[in-house]
Amino acid sequence: MVTRRGRREFLKGSVATSAALVAAGGARAQTADPLITEIQPWAQSFGDGVDATPYGLPIEFESDVIRRNVPWLTADATSSINFTPIHALDGTITPQGCAFERHHSGAIELAKPDYRLMINGLVDTPLVFTYEDLERFPRETHVYFCECAANTGMEWAGAQLNGAQFTHGMIHNMEYSGVPLRLLLEEAGLDAAGDLADKWVYVEGADASSNGRSIPMEKALDDVLVAFKANGEALRKEHGYPVRLVVPGWEGNMWVKWLRRIEVTPMAVQSREETSKYTDTLADGTSRKWTWVMDAKSVITSPSPQSPITHGPGPLVITGLAWSGHGATTRVDVSKDGGKTWETARLAAPGADKALTRFYLDTEWDGEEMLLQSRAMDETGYVQPTKTQLREVRGLNSIYHNNCIQTWWVKPGGEAENVEVS
Amino acid sequence: MSKYRNSVALILALAAAPALAEGGKLGLGRPALPEEVAAWNVDVLPDGTGLPVGSGSVEDGEMLFSDNCAACHGEFAEGVDNWPELAGGEDTLADADPVKTVGSYWPYLSTTWDYVHRSMPYGNAQSLTTDDVYAIVAYILYSNYLVEDDFVLTNENFLDIEMPNADGFIVDDRAETEYPMWRTEPCMEDCKDSVEITMRATVLDVTPEEEGSTEEVTEAAVTQDTSEPEEVVEEVAVIDPALVEAGEKVFRKCAACHEIGEGARNKSGPQLNGVVGRVMGSVEDFKYSKGFVAAHDQGRTWDEVSITEYLAKPRDFMKGTKMAFAGLKKEADMAAILAYLQAASE
Repeated sequence: MVTRRGRREFLKGSVATSAALVAAGGARAQTADPLITEIQPWAQSFGDGVDATPYGLPIEFESDVIRRNVPWLTADATSSINFTPIHALDGTITPQGCAFERHHSGAIELAKPDYRLMINGLVDTPLVFTYEDLERFPRETHVYFCECAANTGMEWAGAQLNGAQFTHGMIHNMEYSGVPLRLLLEEAGLDAAGDLADKWVYVEGADASSNGRSIPMEKALDDVLVAFKANGEALRKEHGYPVRLVVPGWEGNMWVKWLRRIEVTPMAVQSREETSKYTDTLADGTSRKWTWVMDAKSVITSPSPQSPITHGPGPLVITGLAWSGHGATTRVDVSKDGGKTWETARLAAPGADKALTRFYLDTEWDGEEMLLQSRAMDETGYVQPTKTQLREVRGLNSIYHNNCIQTWWVKPGGEAENVEVS
Repeated sequence: MSKYRNSVALILALAAAPALAEGGKLGLGRPALPEEVAAWNVDVLPDGTGLPVGSGSVEDGEMLFSDNCAACHGEFAEGVDNWPELAGGEDTLADADPVKTVGSYWPYLSTTWDYVHRSMPYGNAQSLTTDDVYAIVAYILYSNYLVEDDFVLTNENFLDIEMPNADGFIVDDRAETEYPMWRTEPCMEDCKDSVEITMRATVLDVTPEEEGSTEEVTEAAVTQDTSEPEEVVEEVAVIDPALVEAGEKVFRKCAACHEIGEGARNKSGPQLNGVVGRVMGSVEDFKYSKGFVAAHDQGRTWDEVSITEYLAKPRDFMKGTKMAFAGLKKEADMAAILAYLQAASE
């Protein structure tokens, strides 16, 4: 049986590994590799038959690619958050099983037969839908990122958490299938609402926190989805099974899970989550409210503190993620010297609307230290700001919407650390 | 697929098309009954819309707050551990570490009423009566020095309360204050003269250790692999695993305030390792209510009978207990929780 190793052991082992690889890169191998010359057990006998795992989990060697939380952040796990292991993923789609969770009263179990969705308030006919009803509306499929407004929030005052998972892991990116909210509102009829320009929809979850947010009607009729599938399969319990709201480009708190009610209202409800939380206090004590859009942001996921360089000098792939709540990412620049000089990275695919974009910088590492940064630009021409720029406008007391440029200090050994630079 | 089935599908599609066009509606769902809307549509708007008729005094609120809220929010709404503080913090919003409470930060009283009514007490939501909610909100106002101790909050005087930070908010202004500055062509070369590291995360050292989780998994796997089958059989004989599993689910009601198992610590309630057979009020460093201090001095011990009585009706069993828990109603839950408390302690 192959034992799983912790990261520290892995790092220790990497020194030897990198030496071997350096040798292999430059010169002929001294001795034949037994993994090649000797017949290995997996090449001789059977592996698992089909159905050994009717619903598969990642192979045991990947057991460290998991969500993690920061226990000191919150009072209790039922009202808390954990983080996506973005340092260990590639591509753009986040597997549901490791996509971050945020609950306000724990992840509830709500079966489809028990599911009801009510539309009430300023509508012509208040309606109740079952899950089956929702499946009969024309539906759409789109990929969107969902980022908690507090992502990178612990970094306002300075570099705190040592890992991309912890600094930037309150994000996931899935392909959602669901019904445009517009169709459900039209089914209930909006004549009773009169002028839609100043109307809102209040969306509410079925869990004990009864989490609710007000969304302006314009957004509700635009691209909001009432989703029941993610990445092709049912939503996971922790992501709001059987039905959640998808509010593209806007802060994750509005993506109400276990969605049970949609109310058309003449004003914002000013619920707890849109007044006492998810508001941004500026240096003079005034607070911004209704800061819904997640501005353009990026982070290098590897190398990073949890994903150090283990292969020594030579070819190196620098990679990361970029996104914008205003639309598509159009460009990502990478700096190796803390922002003095920049080079433009390669996008794995053209940036998509309000979805994660993967970028790569294929480079040669000379083995010297680097101060790695990435900088996203979106289709509006917005350039991801530095932490200094953000602080000049907002001060130090913000929690949410920290989309600053992140710096990883890669040391000559290949280890990386979260730092702040001048 | 046969041709016949294809043609049926085509006819159905053609038949459906005109129906779709009619008013753009599909005729899905059913009208919500007034009593259904009333059951769910309980949010309260800033102008008081949705506020039910009722009233509650600061005096009643103090008792209710102590029973239902203080375990997490503190007797004076000052907050326990990481739980939110609800009072104090006036004039701190421009400070280095602003204290955001109902008094110092929340712009609308409707938010407080709505949240207490719909989402609290934590883990026992929507268990308070309308008048209880008025009373608790009155007490929160009192603990913020916003009303006097003889104040009674009602739906009539609700909108008269002035929230100190009502004018403290502006609508998102990033489009004016930030975007014009940052929608510019970025610098690519010679962008700075020098770069210095000004702060390092490892100096602070608050990042959770990752190795722990991986090694625990490994150890557990190894233990399972090497343990003798006889031992497993023995364990099964002592405690019904299905009951323990059911108890683990019931324990979710307790887990906000109590920990149990290896490394369990005191939270707003004491850790529960070995609670069955433990002397009451005996956990070190936990600040017990007077009743449990007395029980401790009398040497009273938790057994299945006393735990059952306590969990059924906490305040009947122990007057003045800080445990804000309504009680376990179902007998099956009680049996399950007892099994779990014993199993998880080991």
